[in-house]
Amino acid sequence: MNTRANLNTAQTTRSRKRFFLMPWLLSHLQSLFYSLGHIYRNPANNLMTAAVIGISLALPFGLYLMLENAKQVGEGWQGSPRISLFLQDDVSTTEAEVLAADLRKLSRISSVEVVDPDAALAEFKASSGFGDALNALDANPLPHVLLIQPAFLLDQADADKLLNNLKTRNEVHLAQYDQEWVQRLQAIMVITQRGVIILSSMLAFAVIVVVGNTIRLGIHNRREEIEIGKLFGATDGFIRRPFLYTGMFYGLAGSIMAWLLLTICFTLLSTPVSQLSALYHSGFELSGLNLAGSLLLLLTGIVLGLAGSWLAVRRYLRQMDSSQ
Amino acid sequence: MITFTDVGKVYPNRHEALKQVNLHIPKGELSFITGHSGAGKSTLLRLIALIDRQSTGQILVDGQNLERITGGRIPYYRRNIGYIFQDHRLLPDRTVFDNVALPLVIGGNRRPEIVRRTRAALDKVGLLSREKAYPATLSSGEQQRVGIARAVVNRPPVLLADEPTGNLDPDLSQEIMTLFERFNQVGVTVLIATHDIQLISRLNHRIISLKAGVVSDTPATLSA
Repeated sequence: MNTRANLNTAQTTRSRKRFFLMPWLLSHLQSLFYSLGHIYRNPANNLMTAAVIGISLALPFGLYLMLENAKQVGEGWQGSPRISLFLQDDVSTTEAEVLAADLRKLSRISSVEVVDPDAALAEFKASSGFGDALNALDANPLPHVLLIQPAFLLDQADADKLLNNLKTRNEVHLAQYDQEWVQRLQAIMVITQRGVIILSSMLAFAVIVVVGNTIRLGIHNRREEIEIGKLFGATDGFIRRPFLYTGMFYGLAGSIMAWLLLTICFTLLSTPVSQLSALYHSGFELSGLNLAGSLLLLLTGIVLGLAGSWLAVRRYLRQMDSSQ
Repeated sequence: MITFTDVGKVYPNRHEALKQVNLHIPKGELSFITGHSGAGKSTLLRLIALIDRQSTGQILVDGQNLERITGGRIPYYRRNIGYIFQDHRLLPDRTVFDNVALPLVIGGNRRPEIVRRTRAALDKVGLLSREKAYPATLSSGEQQRVGIARAVVNRPPVLLADEPTGNLDPDLSQEIMTLFERFNQVGVTVLIATHDIQLISRLNHRIISLKAGVVSDTPATLSA
């Protein structure tokens, strides 16, 4: 009984709410279909606008995805703070072995691997593809290298101390973290990230301008309609609404195009990238737009489209008011 | 209904369209405003419809001081006024029905209500059979009647017409005036700007003459 009574009240409130929302919803639907109709009647121009928006959106999103992928590559190599010890050129293999044995006794070092110059050269020849060029060298230019794995759980300060210690030894020409290039990569990535943000802002602005300009032309073509509407009591909201929907559709269509572009590009790239990463014995796979990214892309398009049309209509309405 | 007190209007190009106009138009009256072109007839109507603002003086419409109606309140004020243009200003890409329905759509009416009242307005001007036609396919007399149907469709208490018979021959003009009289009979305050003295002198209504922005009033009984 009670549940049924509750159900009934729920139904009445719902229907009452629906009744109140009706005119509002109806007028929105009206504007929506009205603007869809306008787009439908001029497909070529609207498609071009959408394409421009699509490319403007695809560029920053594509760069952002590339950056995310590069970050993943960088993180994959971050785990081992190995130290590479490049010895002086005149250090012989025996001397290198002695030094390695010495170092192995240190508690802060867990293992030392001696890389023979000849072996290193052979490996480099095999993997780099510069084999013929390297054959032209008279002598092996590579020094002995000791690859030092510091003790497990050595913190950064101790690792730095160890590095500085190693640098002071006579036999050592150069001591550096293996991960230094990772840090450089990260530094470069921070710069690239800034670049992407700057580029994105500029392209976002471009999208707003493109939508705004297209809407401005639309307003121009429907000036008579707007003026008549205003004389018969149309509010600014009423006039704005179909243009906002049009702008929203431009943004949506543009972002769908951008999504397609990105999906095509990443599909084309994924096979060669997998092949490349296989050469580096890495399981790295190029990741394209996921669900969240796709939604963000759509939302960005819609918001920029709305912003562009809103600015265009606002400007027009202000001009109209001031001319009266 | 409409009261002008010392109203003046100077356009930005320093043209003085109205000088100290004092005028009272009671509710439910049909009056004509005459004068040569440039005498300020259109300006007077435009001030009432808030298309323009007076430079000096005060205008009251239905007890509201027009100076106080600004910004977002203007659209709602205009819904109480039906405006008819000399060149009718119909939208060429919309049917007769859609043109007439515009004020109702703007007013946020529901579809059945829009259909019912639009048809009623078209019926009153005798154009119900042409509802699906486009304005360009109508004669100028018919176009003007569509313009009138659009102005009356949401039953505004005030009807303003700016040279509604300007492009029509005498017979059609008479027809249009009869239409206005019929709306006036159901209580609508009608104000018609026209320079067709011949036509209006045959009708027994108040005639307000504007000469260089100054009013000289002729009551209905005298003009008869």
